[in-house]
Amino acid sequence: MSKMIKPYGDKLNDGMVQLSFTLPVKADLAEEAAKNIALKMGLADPHTVYHKDIGEGFTFVIVYGKCTHSVDVSKLKVTKVVEEWMGLDEVNEFVKKNIKRKVVVVGACIESDAHTVGIDAILNMKGFSGDYGFERYSAFKVYNMGAQVPCEELIRKAKEVNADVILISQIVTQQNIHLHNLTKLIDMIESEELRDKFLVIVGGPSINNKFAKELGYDAGFGKGTLPSHVATYAVKKVLSRMGKVKSKRKQC
Amino acid sequence: MNKLNLNRNKIAACRNYSKIIAADLQKIIDKNTTVSVERSILRLFGVDGVDKSGLPYPNILAEKIKEAGVLQYGAANVMASTMIQNRKNFKETVSLIILGKVKPLYVADKRNKQVVNRLSEYGISRVEKARKDRAKLQAKNPTGKGPWFYLIVATGNIYEDVKQARSAALNGANCIAVIRSTAQSLMDYVPYGATTTGFGGTYATQENFRIMRKALDEISVKLGRYIYLVNYCSGLCMCEIAAMGAMERLDMMLNDSMYGIIFRDINMYRTFIDQHFSRMINTQAGIIINTGEDNYLTTADAVKQAHTVLASEFINERLAKNAGMPEKLMGLGHAFEINPDIKNSFLLELAQAQMVREIFPESPIKYMPPTKHITGDIFKAHVIDSMFNLASVATNQSIHLLGILTEGIHTPFIQDRYLSIESAKYVMNAAKDMSTEVTFRKNGLIQKRANEVLDKALKMLGKIKKEGLLNALEQGCFADIKRPRKGGKGFEGVIAKAKEYTNPFEERWSLLK
Repeated sequence: MSKMIKPYGDKLNDGMVQLSFTLPVKADLAEEAAKNIALKMGLADPHTVYHKDIGEGFTFVIVYGKCTHSVDVSKLKVTKVVEEWMGLDEVNEFVKKNIKRKVVVVGACIESDAHTVGIDAILNMKGFSGDYGFERYSAFKVYNMGAQVPCEELIRKAKEVNADVILISQIVTQQNIHLHNLTKLIDMIESEELRDKFLVIVGGPSINNKFAKELGYDAGFGKGTLPSHVATYAVKKVLSRMGKVKSKRKQC
Repeated sequence: MNKLNLNRNKIAACRNYSKIIAADLQKIIDKNTTVSVERSILRLFGVDGVDKSGLPYPNILAEKIKEAGVLQYGAANVMASTMIQNRKNFKETVSLIILGKVKPLYVADKRNKQVVNRLSEYGISRVEKARKDRAKLQAKNPTGKGPWFYLIVATGNIYEDVKQARSAALNGANCIAVIRSTAQSLMDYVPYGATTTGFGGTYATQENFRIMRKALDEISVKLGRYIYLVNYCSGLCMCEIAAMGAMERLDMMLNDSMYGIIFRDINMYRTFIDQHFSRMINTQAGIIINTGEDNYLTTADAVKQAHTVLASEFINERLAKNAGMPEKLMGLGHAFEINPDIKNSFLLELAQAQMVREIFPESPIKYMPPTKHITGDIFKAHVIDSMFNLASVATNQSIHLLGILTEGIHTPFIQDRYLSIESAKYVMNAAKDMSTEVTFRKNGLIQKRANEVLDKALKMLGKIKKEGLLNALEQGCFADIKRPRKGGKGFEGVIAKAKEYTNPFEERWSLLK
């Protein structure tokens, strides 16, 4: 059954949204210009509640309007990376019982990206927001290669240590540099026919699972991800892939 | 000022330990030079420009001198010798060496010194002129009492940065920092000319410095308020950027003695040698440095690791003193990074901020906004930033880097900066005299916390004194990051000085102390 919804202000389906943005015009034109922009965005009854000259010919505006569009939520598909997260002890237990060896993880910020804050949050002993990083898990053997690692070097390392998981962080997204870097890595892994060998995961503030899969990654993790989230996904997936590899061998 | 009842003997003991730690290091610094130091000297002689492939002339020259096996005498001596032996002037000698027509050489000769001194006049007079120009402009257009609002522009395009910087200044900014393109710190040369593409920031080039300086001078005069221009002298070209900034009248430079080692994996010998000369240049140019202790707290826990910030500030202070820097130029850094979910987190922040203020009373303390616990909820971020603004005015901080509600989402949009300034203006006006009106309860939570952090910093410095700073860095004392002493980038650019070595700027500026 279809279920059509709109943004909610104080009555169901009133469509109320708030916007704030800057226009490259002086204040006298801004109120009217903002209203017209909002109309073109599909907002009915737009109302510029505030505008302020912020210098250099720019004006900041706050606009309210009623969204004229609606979406059918019954038709939406949401892909969750995994259904339930495990904690550190559970992940360790899971690996001990099922995989029976350490899962080898190689992590890096690739190419131009010099910001290790993301990869460090997931891999460093300390972890993030009270959730310990991979180095604290007995389940993992971790190689954190740090920042600005060329794709070639990362792949070489992953081969050398026989990695199960490659973990990539991309923080900087200006001019879509992350797209370029991420595509390069996957292309190189594929051209060396190593795609089945590694579980390849990417994380970063503007990454999500759908986007990562479109680029050819196994999974993507965005803002608010904790180390235990990535750990849960990684160990479960590594196990299921081990199963597949085994069964393939049997068929041969 | 002693609102925290801090133990003065312990503060003195921290300074004493740092003095010993820095003295050990100074022996290494004095015995060595680096390619970056030598390129800075060439830049201060007036060498500028790039070849067809974009390689800067100072790099080509330094490389040729190194290849000829004479860099240990210093680029200054080699240039003078080569000029004298070939009977050519400086400009001719530079181009002949670059073209490979003349081999750089060193011959012990009484005339060397005279030529070296003459060559150094270019840099010395330009740096002096910049300092005097600033003093004149500041006298006519006073910046006023802090906290100074420090804002960031980072479009990648210097001309777009100018627009954003002017808008920020009009709205109330006092300091404009042009964030560098991602990873410039790891490039072993400084790009050339005006640039319009960058990633996560704009390249630091001498021409970009000039363009922004000119724009900010215009707006300073228009507003009757001198606007500080900030850039980064860190990374592999630390002292070259110091030299360029000194000549183009930058006012502040991010410059930390250990940041590159810990967070960028730059070799520790290279970093310590480079920071020393860069701080001499900054001192001479009257440039305020900003140290990077805030970075420790973006990886480590801000409550548990607060003492590492203080210990590092003591070390940075001492190393700056060893370069002849007065306290009024030492913008020691710290940050508002305690988890906002912790009970009394704001009181803990107050304790730490007041502590830094009291221990370094003459220093223009640089206070960094929350970033680690900013989640993407821009509305909550705006509230946390307001608390940060309150902590800053309540503890009388000097350089206040404004928190931005869209932290972690994108580099600031023009309206993000406007909203941030509006909040800071409101809070700092509403609580203007809080620092002199409010005292802290004796042996209360705030006093106890500050003394606890001081105790731990003293212990840490005691341990570093025993081990030596290089060993401490190898063991991961700061931010839990371990760096081997011969590892990291740029180690191959460290050269032991010959007995005849000379750095005319160091000699001249040490005399002035």
